[in-house]
Amino acid sequence: MAILIDKSTRIIVQGFTGKIGSFHAQDMINYGSNVVGGITPGKGGQRHLGLPVFNTVKQAVHEVGAEASIIFVPPAFAADSIMEAADAGIKYCVAITDGIPTQDMMTVKNFLRRVPKEARMMLTGPNCAGTISPGKAMLGIMPGHIYKPGNVGIIGRSGTLGYEAADQLKALGIGVSTSVGIGGDPINGSSHRDVLERFAEDSETKVVLMIGEIGGQQEIEAGIFAKENMKKPLVAYIAGLTAPQGRRMGHAGAIISSEGESAAEKVAMLKELGATICQTPSSMGETVARVLAAT
Amino acid sequence: MDIHEYQAKEIISEYGVRIAEGGLAHSPEEAVQRAREIGGDVWVVKAQIHSGARGKAGGIKKCSSHAEVEAFTQEVLGKTLITKQTGPAGKVCSRVYVEAATDIAREMYFCILVDRSAERIVMVGCAEGGMEIEELAQTNPEKIKRIYIEPAVGLQDFQARKMAFALGIENSHLNHAIKTIKGCYRAVRDLDASMLEINPLVFTRKGELIAIDAKMNFDANALFRRHRIFELRDKSQIDPREVAAADHDLSYIGLDGDIGCMINGAGLAMATMDMIKLAGGEPANFLDVGGGASADRTEKAFRLVLADKGVKAMLVNIFAGINRCDWIAEGVVHAVRNIDMKVPLIVRLSGTNVEAGRRIITESGLPIIMAETLADAAEKAVKARNEVVARESRGNT
Repeated sequence: MAILIDKSTRIIVQGFTGKIGSFHAQDMINYGSNVVGGITPGKGGQRHLGLPVFNTVKQAVHEVGAEASIIFVPPAFAADSIMEAADAGIKYCVAITDGIPTQDMMTVKNFLRRVPKEARMMLTGPNCAGTISPGKAMLGIMPGHIYKPGNVGIIGRSGTLGYEAADQLKALGIGVSTSVGIGGDPINGSSHRDVLERFAEDSETKVVLMIGEIGGQQEIEAGIFAKENMKKPLVAYIAGLTAPQGRRMGHAGAIISSEGESAAEKVAMLKELGATICQTPSSMGETVARVLAAT
Repeated sequence: MDIHEYQAKEIISEYGVRIAEGGLAHSPEEAVQRAREIGGDVWVVKAQIHSGARGKAGGIKKCSSHAEVEAFTQEVLGKTLITKQTGPAGKVCSRVYVEAATDIAREMYFCILVDRSAERIVMVGCAEGGMEIEELAQTNPEKIKRIYIEPAVGLQDFQARKMAFALGIENSHLNHAIKTIKGCYRAVRDLDASMLEINPLVFTRKGELIAIDAKMNFDANALFRRHRIFELRDKSQIDPREVAAADHDLSYIGLDGDIGCMINGAGLAMATMDMIKLAGGEPANFLDVGGGASADRTEKAFRLVLADKGVKAMLVNIFAGINRCDWIAEGVVHAVRNIDMKVPLIVRLSGTNVEAGRRIITESGLPIIMAETLADAAEKAVKARNEVVARESRGNT
């Protein structure tokens, strides 16, 4: 069993009939994901890519049993779509959209917290590449073919750096149980820690690779969780050694604004918490291989 | 996105925050005119640049005659001010704000910002304001009051009162203080500000509560719905390379090294720059070309990187997901042919259609150095850079 999604997970696409939504929906279907329909308000009743289009998420939940959703809605309307998914009873939502206003995400997080954690919709992203359980299902925009099925869990903010990691692992013959992109925004649906909690309980995952960045405290929170609660090893890489203070490095979240947020400081703290550090981004594969061999 | 002090003051005054009487000037004559209109006999002339800590950099002066206003304005206009916050390049001052001097009885610190880890807006206040707030946060953190606001409920009166008392406001001024605090909160909410800082917020000897300085910063993701704020953007305060990049929807940050970079994805870009540093080099820039790197975009990105004349070698690292390596390769070949490139180019391609991409580059016959892995790319870039530097120093002797 992989985390978050597998072969049977019934997926809907919000922003289904748009150019980007259509392209990636087709790509997910080709990969083997169980896409059961999509949402475009005002186009309910039509068919698209051979699948039903609904006006509301609620209808999709009732009629085709939708469990997971992926958001391709433009930034101005994306927060609303995420909340609609939560309201309709979707269990897991991936928001791909880049550029959602921070205060909208504040509202979204507040809305999600209206129910206790057990009943809450899990959200990853926004501004991420999505989630893939290789060989089972893809709920994202990544190139599926670079992921080999296996036992390494990956959590990362960045899309392409996550691809780099999967590629290095594949070159060493190592596969991935699930790879989760949590996105580059300052306020995101799930933190490194939130995803790590899932990997901690997953029998298929033997080692977790956390790909962090400068800015914020999330990697440290995850490190503390791993030390206190996780029986499997945590391997970490933190990008942004060369990032100057106060400058935002592409991702809105990647900015060193206070103490403990630089790459060097995070690495030192994670090391202290018992994580194995990848000294360079080109050694993510071999570091995981070494740790995996020792388990 | 940052704005100037005078713009922030204009905004908060609309939200009921009291400010000293003042006006903007672009010339010494205009500054004197503003001083006349304001009246009185003491003014403060403040250089308008996107930075705090201007006082220590010689950007703020108390003037007690029109001649002094004129002379200081003359001195500061066109000058590059280097503060703790601007970095060594500094920022050019092209306008000043002339304000009636305030008779200060007490200074306070007040700020409202979005706290990313708490996922809420937080108010931060301290009864002791002025310039040393960062220091106080280190030495006496207990003196700084933080109040978190629930997004669904908004700022409540009791929270505003709590903040007012933390700022040491006396009973007689409570209502005005609450109005000020609530006004600031509304401005942050209404305008998608990431931060509003008033440092100092002061009590005058006449018992008025006045914002002496104001700094606002806005969420770039929300500018699509804040046209008025977007209009306040002052390009002269931003690195011109970053302005050019933003116009092409590229994410660029100029750095001090000499290896130019073009990479897709912010995380991979940071990681590649780390690799360059570990290989003994220094990156000249951060540049994320994003997902849809067309030939045109690739050429624009090349021009942007090479506009930095300090660049001694250029590294392209693309991991194609939605992109395809063959498209990227065509873009690179096209760019190199269109631009007279004088520095060595190292290209590393990975991901979708990588074989086709490599073939296009090899068959182009251009002197492009191909790299297999991230480490290989960084090492080759540093080596090429060192050869260029060695050649240059031989040429100079």
